[in-house]
Amino acid sequence: METNSALIVAQELTKTYTRGSETVHAIRDISLDIPAGSYTAFIGPSGSGKTTLINILGCLDNPSSGSLFIEGRKILGGDRPLGEREMTRIRRERYGYIFQKFYLIPTLTVEENVLLPCTFYRKADSEDRLNELLTFLGLEKRRHHLPGQLSGGEMQRVAIARALINRPQILLADEPTGNLDSARSEEIGRLLKELNRKQAITLILVTHNLELARTADRIVELRDGRIRLS
Amino acid sequence: MISIYTVSYKNLLRKKTRSLLTVVGIGLSAWVLASLLGFNQGYESALNKDIDNMGFQVLLTAKGCPYEAATLMLKGGTGLRYMKESIVDQVLSNEEVEKITPMLMHAVFDPNKGESGGITAYLGVDPATFPAMKSFLEFKQGKWFSEPEAMEAVLGYEAAELEQREVGDTLLIPNINAEVKVIGILKRTGTQDDGTIFLPIRTVQRLFEKTGDLTGIGIKVDKNANIAQFEEKLYQLPDVQVVSLAQVKQTILNLVSTAKVMVASIAIVAILIATVGVINTVLMSVFERFQEIGILKSIGAMPLDVFKLIWIETLVLCFLGGGFGIVLALALSQTTGILIRRLLPYAPTGSLITLNAEIVITTLLTVVLIGLVSGIYPAWRAARVRPLEAIRSEVA
Repeated sequence: METNSALIVAQELTKTYTRGSETVHAIRDISLDIPAGSYTAFIGPSGSGKTTLINILGCLDNPSSGSLFIEGRKILGGDRPLGEREMTRIRRERYGYIFQKFYLIPTLTVEENVLLPCTFYRKADSEDRLNELLTFLGLEKRRHHLPGQLSGGEMQRVAIARALINRPQILLADEPTGNLDSARSEEIGRLLKELNRKQAITLILVTHNLELARTADRIVELRDGRIRLS
Repeated sequence: MISIYTVSYKNLLRKKTRSLLTVVGIGLSAWVLASLLGFNQGYESALNKDIDNMGFQVLLTAKGCPYEAATLMLKGGTGLRYMKESIVDQVLSNEEVEKITPMLMHAVFDPNKGESGGITAYLGVDPATFPAMKSFLEFKQGKWFSEPEAMEAVLGYEAAELEQREVGDTLLIPNINAEVKVIGILKRTGTQDDGTIFLPIRTVQRLFEKTGDLTGIGIKVDKNANIAQFEEKLYQLPDVQVVSLAQVKQTILNLVSTAKVMVASIAIVAILIATVGVINTVLMSVFERFQEIGILKSIGAMPLDVFKLIWIETLVLCFLGGGFGIVLALALSQTTGILIRRLLPYAPTGSLITLNAEIVITTLLTVVLIGLVSGIYPAWRAARVRPLEAIRSEVA
């Protein structure tokens, strides 16, 4: 099957849910390419299907129909839905995730929170990578602090470091500034852009924040489960 | 580098009070369990020590209630029924006998004892055979009797303290107004001998007009002899009763078995409560961290990783609780022994609760096993959390 040279290719992705006797189409026939090293922002009102789409693009959910390819290899949309273990294996090798609520473990230090994914899956140079990330994200002096001693912006930077510790190809950021004030949001926006440019990470962003979305190379708007190109 | 053990251990610090209460709950059940195991071992070993310190394995008394005879014997005396001295020769004629010692106990009411008077018992022993039978007895002061009919007394350690006598003092026997000279005081043995006043058997027979009578004969059986067969032979003698110390031991162990069952029931209930407590604590912690566990899975944790994480938390709780319970059991073993002693129909002298390395390891292993079992369900629940559900609940 022809999948061109894009890192991620989505072909006719559809996701339906059954609510009582009613069938709800969360997304319908979405096809798109995401080139390696690109920065794509998904925007749209609540219920537009952007979270469902990013869950499938992020290997967190199976589509009802359609396929997802990564580097030309079909990952989702085969004869059977992909199991939890296989999806986890793909996620930990290729993806990093940033969430609105940070989800740092309050009893672990900054350093320990960043290294947490290495407890489950470790690449050889994780100690060097830790130092590099803490320096890049301005967290060297905070490495032994607990999350409760940090500001919201610092906590999100720790979450970014955690997402990047295993050198993912793709970084998924789901409302990363949703819990931050405008100054901190700008700071995180700049940081994400810099990461995309300097480290050539493919960045997929979901946000309501148009200012933040404008830092992306491409904005994809979703309405009623379909793409409206801007 | 951070390990899964660090993550588990530090998770428990999140709700310190709840973790601490759970550890205390497990600790209390471990304490009960260790004390129960220590009691099972300690009681029997204290009883064995009491029996060994008697120096003989079979006691011959005049016919009567066997339980009365057994109780009197363990309380430091012999049955207060009499048999004829001639039996000694008949018993000695058996080849199974290694040593034999006749005894005559006589009790006298002493109006000056305590607030309203009390009984003082005198044990007549044979100077030729009794010291050999109880070779482990050591003197604090003095020695055994100088001759078979001497007006002399040897006092047990506590008897000397109670009577406030030292070697060289005289001791008045009430009612008959006879005086005996204290010529020896024994060292403490931790047995009923400590409270006994020993006199030569001939002296006791003469003073209390019991010439030719005995209340008991202690028999040490040859180590190669068949004790059961020998007892059968003794039963052929007229008007005597054979009390084997093996029987006495069994009778007493039967008497305390009810107490053991009670303590075992308490231990089982305590362990069940602790198990439910552990499941509840860890399950609550899993539910509270539902989203966080989902996020862990989204950043690369396999179901088995999450299972291990939660299981280790349970194990850490149980290990700490077990350690605390063992410290508690070691620190409070004397107090626990005193409390149990009050509940028992008969308690031997010495420590009732013996805690050794085997008991400590058994308790810890049992508690850790409880942890392993009670951690399965919460860990399984956690391992089943789907990252998508966690993320959906976040954006809802």
